Amino acid sequence: MVDARREPPVVVETPWLRLLPPATRWVFQGPPHVRALAAAAWGVPFAAEACRASTAAGRSALWLGPEEYLLLAPDTAAERAAIGSLELSLQGVPHALVDVGHRQVALEVRSDQASVLLNSSCPLDLDLAVFPVGTCTRTVFAKADIVLWRTRRDVFHLEVWRSFLHYVTGILTEVAREFSDAG
Amino acid sequence: MIALRTAAGGRVDRSKPISFTFDGIRYAAFAGDTLASGLLANGVHLVGRSFKYHRPRGLVAAGSEEPNGLVTVIRDAARYTPNLRATQVELHDGLVAHSQNRWPSLARDAGRINDWLSRFFPAGFYYKTFMWPAKAWKSLYEPVIRSAAGLGKSPSLADPDRYAQRYAHCDVLVVGAGPAGLAAALAAAATGARVIVCDEQAEFGGSLLDCPGARIDGTAAADWAAQARRALAENSRVTLLERTTAFGYFPHNFIGINQRLTEHLAAPAPGTLRERLWQVRAARVILAAGAIERPLVFPGNDRPGILLAGAARTYLHRYGVRVGTRAVIVTAHDAAYQTALDLGAAGVSIAAVADLRGGPGGGAPGPLADAARAAGIDVLTAATVLGTSGNLRVDGITLGSVDSGGGVRAGRRIACDVVLMSGGYTPSVHLFSQSRGRLQWSEPVRAFVPGESAECEVSVGACRGIFELADALSDGAAAGAAAGNASRAAGLSAPNPTPAPLAPVVEAPAWGSDAYLGALPQPDAFGGDKAFVDWQHDVTTRDLALAAREGFRSIEHVKRYTTTGMATDQGKTSNLNALAIVAAGLGVPIAQVGLTSFRMPYTPVSFGSFAGISRGDLFDPVRTTPMHAWAAARGAVFENVALWKRARYFPRAGEDLHAAVARECRSVREACGIFDASTLGKIEVVGVDAAIFLNRLYINNWSNLAVGRARYGILLREDGFIADDGVIARLADNRFHVTTTTGGAARVLATMEDYRQTEWPDLDVWLTSTTEQWAVIAVQGPAARRVLEPLVEDIDLAAATLPHMGAGRGRIAGVPMLLFRVSFTGELGFEVNVPADYGAAVWEAIFAAGQAHGITPYGTETMHVLRAEKGYIIVGQDTDGTVTPDDAGLSWAIGTRKADFVGKRSLERASMKAADRKQLVGLRTRDPAVVLEEGAQVAERPGLSAPMPLVGHVSSSYHSANLGHSIALALVAGGRARLGQTLYVPMPAGDIEVEVTPPVFYDVEGLRLHG
Repeated sequence: MVDARREPPVVVETPWLRLLPPATRWVFQGPPHVRALAAAAWGVPFAAEACRASTAAGRSALWLGPEEYLLLAPDTAAERAAIGSLELSLQGVPHALVDVGHRQVALEVRSDQASVLLNSSCPLDLDLAVFPVGTCTRTVFAKADIVLWRTRRDVFHLEVWRSFLHYVTGILTEVAREFSDAG
Repeated sequence: MIALRTAAGGRVDRSKPISFTFDGIRYAAFAGDTLASGLLANGVHLVGRSFKYHRPRGLVAAGSEEPNGLVTVIRDAARYTPNLRATQVELHDGLVAHSQNRWPSLARDAGRINDWLSRFFPAGFYYKTFMWPAKAWKSLYEPVIRSAAGLGKSPSLADPDRYAQRYAHCDVLVVGAGPAGLAAALAAAATGARVIVCDEQAEFGGSLLDCPGARIDGTAAADWAAQARRALAENSRVTLLERTTAFGYFPHNFIGINQRLTEHLAAPAPGTLRERLWQVRAARVILAAGAIERPLVFPGNDRPGILLAGAARTYLHRYGVRVGTRAVIVTAHDAAYQTALDLGAAGVSIAAVADLRGGPGGGAPGPLADAARAAGIDVLTAATVLGTSGNLRVDGITLGSVDSGGGVRAGRRIACDVVLMSGGYTPSVHLFSQSRGRLQWSEPVRAFVPGESAECEVSVGACRGIFELADALSDGAAAGAAAGNASRAAGLSAPNPTPAPLAPVVEAPAWGSDAYLGALPQPDAFGGDKAFVDWQHDVTTRDLALAAREGFRSIEHVKRYTTTGMATDQGKTSNLNALAIVAAGLGVPIAQVGLTSFRMPYTPVSFGSFAGISRGDLFDPVRTTPMHAWAAARGAVFENVALWKRARYFPRAGEDLHAAVARECRSVREACGIFDASTLGKIEVVGVDAAIFLNRLYINNWSNLAVGRARYGILLREDGFIADDGVIARLADNRFHVTTTTGGAARVLATMEDYRQTEWPDLDVWLTSTTEQWAVIAVQGPAARRVLEPLVEDIDLAAATLPHMGAGRGRIAGVPMLLFRVSFTGELGFEVNVPADYGAAVWEAIFAAGQAHGITPYGTETMHVLRAEKGYIIVGQDTDGTVTPDDAGLSWAIGTRKADFVGKRSLERASMKAADRKQLVGLRTRDPAVVLEEGAQVAERPGLSAPMPLVGHVSSSYHSANLGHSIALALVAGGRARLGQTLYVPMPAGDIEVEVTPPVFYDVEGLRLHG
């Protein structure tokens, strides 16, 4: 029997918008004192500061709440195993690790107009001084819930629940029509 | 007759002649004209008919306060915009505009009869006249009034244009780019602050654009404005928005701003954005909204050709248009003298300046009057206006004079073709008032000015009563610098090392002061022609006096009774006069009467702007499952469930809903069905206290649920009524997989988080939504096990190892699977959960494997029928927020030994245990072919007529193909004690006889479930 094939959602790519490849994604939740333990086990510092992401060796931990981090890593067997080790090392301490690898997908918006595109539907102040590189937050994009993470000056990483993907890309595409130079 | 367009001057582009049509007549104008200036340049004052009396009306103002000049502009059949102010419509070549509220034509209008019959249409007439007979209100009065009222017609085609919205943030938002606003913006920008400047007009500058005598730092005022704009535009931290109206001031300095992008273009490129709605969050707001000149209230003050004096100056200096050839100027404000001099210099004959001020026989107010006299202008003092004449255009004015005792003596009639009036200036406090700032009466200004602010906001310049140019500039500059520095201090923006001070040297003629409020003195207060206070809503001095006579004392009540200030112009030109007249009628000072509150929008905003991109497919998210494409390709008919599209049924050729559902129902019971259950809400509850947490929330006991087992859970609200339900499986000691209804997913998660964070923060438990992590494929029917067995690894599907309500992890078609043996059909059933990206492929694998067993895809309709055959409730259909677990026959699920759970105390109340509560039962119609209507009421006896005692209602009703008769679930008072009873469902065609049965119709023993 042939194994079932993986069929991630599809987005029409543009110079400024693309779907990022599948990823290992887990939600880590636990009290602050467990944070350091988890960070040590996984090899990425968990930012104590609100709305900050930290990255190390391809793994990222995004602060989403005082007790909540979104863990992102490449979709590889090694990374899946690393999460398994993390779970093992947290045995006996209060925490929750839940796989959300298929719950959401990642979009990348890359444009010198990225902030303006996003501000069509996201009410946050995305000025570089207010929302510097490394800022991440759960927020709204029109009527969708997203995680917004500024990875570079002109690059934003959006985590979108899969059934909202086409709504979000539909809005971005419609809004981008006013920028001939959106790329 | 002199040409109305001056030979030179103004800010129109005389090298670009254009033409436009108004009511089908073609006129010439220049680029840079508004529809108003273009009409006036052609001698056209008559632009509309008034709202109620259909009196001929002309342009009154030059700006957005215009009450009369409401026109329809038509680009094409779909781009048809009514109620635009002609003063704000920028002309482009070929523009087509029409007047409104007239039939058959503007010059001959049948509705004018209302004016002659006006004694029958006093204020509040519709409250008084149309009360009887009551039935006539709906069928006769309301339709007639509605068609007679209202201005303009709505377009009937869909709007083809694009609209956008944008959120923006800034340190300083400056509303208005007149002298004070520009000075504020320059000063704020110099501190390095992020600044947004918006102005409703096409060009920044405000009053700087129509005062040729003024110089700032040696530069002509209009040029200074242009320089200021250039300087601001060079600053990358400044955003400049022309043709952009700040229309609403929302809490915490959130400002709604409407930008019009293409209205002024002759041929916008296809697909260009038409308007953009800005939603700006500003750390500080500077309101520089300017002031609006007040008309004077005298008999016949609404004839075309009677306009504001300042408007005449604006038309002259900005558009090079003389508003007439022979003018009488009636004023209580010094600035009208400058207008007289400017118009006189431009060749307009000034027949007289009638000043309301000054004692009898002279005492001309101020050096301006002397200058006017020196220029040969006849200046009358202590004047009043007794009436005007002219049919579609004013042709004369009758002046009077007021003696020292207050008596009014008739004066002479002066022929003229324009009357210019000035009652002084009203600071524009609309946005300040919207911000909930407190207005205070200023005696020097004779108007309300901003007092204490409610927001981080400051008003500058004329909108707070500072009118002299030099004062307004320094007021704006000081506020701008303060706001910019404050934002710097707050660390909101990068500091600019060299903030430049702004201290311009100003040479300008004095603006002057003074005001007149209320109605001009008359020999017989209401003897003459109507004296209008609110032009747009046709409110006269008589209406206001009537309101006072009838006992209205609050200005809020007077406003609603007379509708003064309630038109789309929000009383911009009328409010203070109305207030003064009411105050005089009540015999109290104006300050004591107070002002009504201003409402957004400042000027009307298009629906397109508010809708933005929320149209069509982008109106709401359309959520689809991983198997959606498969179902669509199979011709599934979808239904909306919350934001989801769910396959409702899969019709084959020639099948309607009923045929398809009957076939799907039989297939599931006889062989096997496959159903997409992915939309079910899923929440992973993890932590050492997970079982305790669920015990406290759900009515069931979770402590004794073994790992690898599932249980049907019910969640109540605090009031004891069913809120949600779903199967909950224990995946590990500390990990539960909770399912919820499709529509309740977000609500249940929010409820859980609320309790977790606020009630039981001591519990070590965390929640994660996994709704979209899993694609869920329900395989149901006697052949279900045989279909799945060849695909599944690591789990033995045998009844002994995976019994009903068993759960386990394994693999299916090579991918990880969470498998539940659950059934919402009453058949042997499995719910296959796979990571969502694998959903489509696993579905196809199961479907392929099921071919040999007659597998049939089924939709939500079949699911509904099958579960109803088994008496399984659907929360929200068979419950309505007043149904307890016992009402639904589910008290068996309550963990009776639990100390507490949400809703437990409510269930202990006596009324929650009453025997006559509505309980879930089945109903069978005597005639098996009759399907009851869902929502139908149930009565004990036949032949009753309404109102009748009712004992219940039908909550679910279907034809059951498997049973060969109709089935229904109903909530009936004391229902379980009525089994076997005959009840009646009264319908328009007669009573339907039904028998009360248990709610389970099929496989009552539940043997199939455990197959």
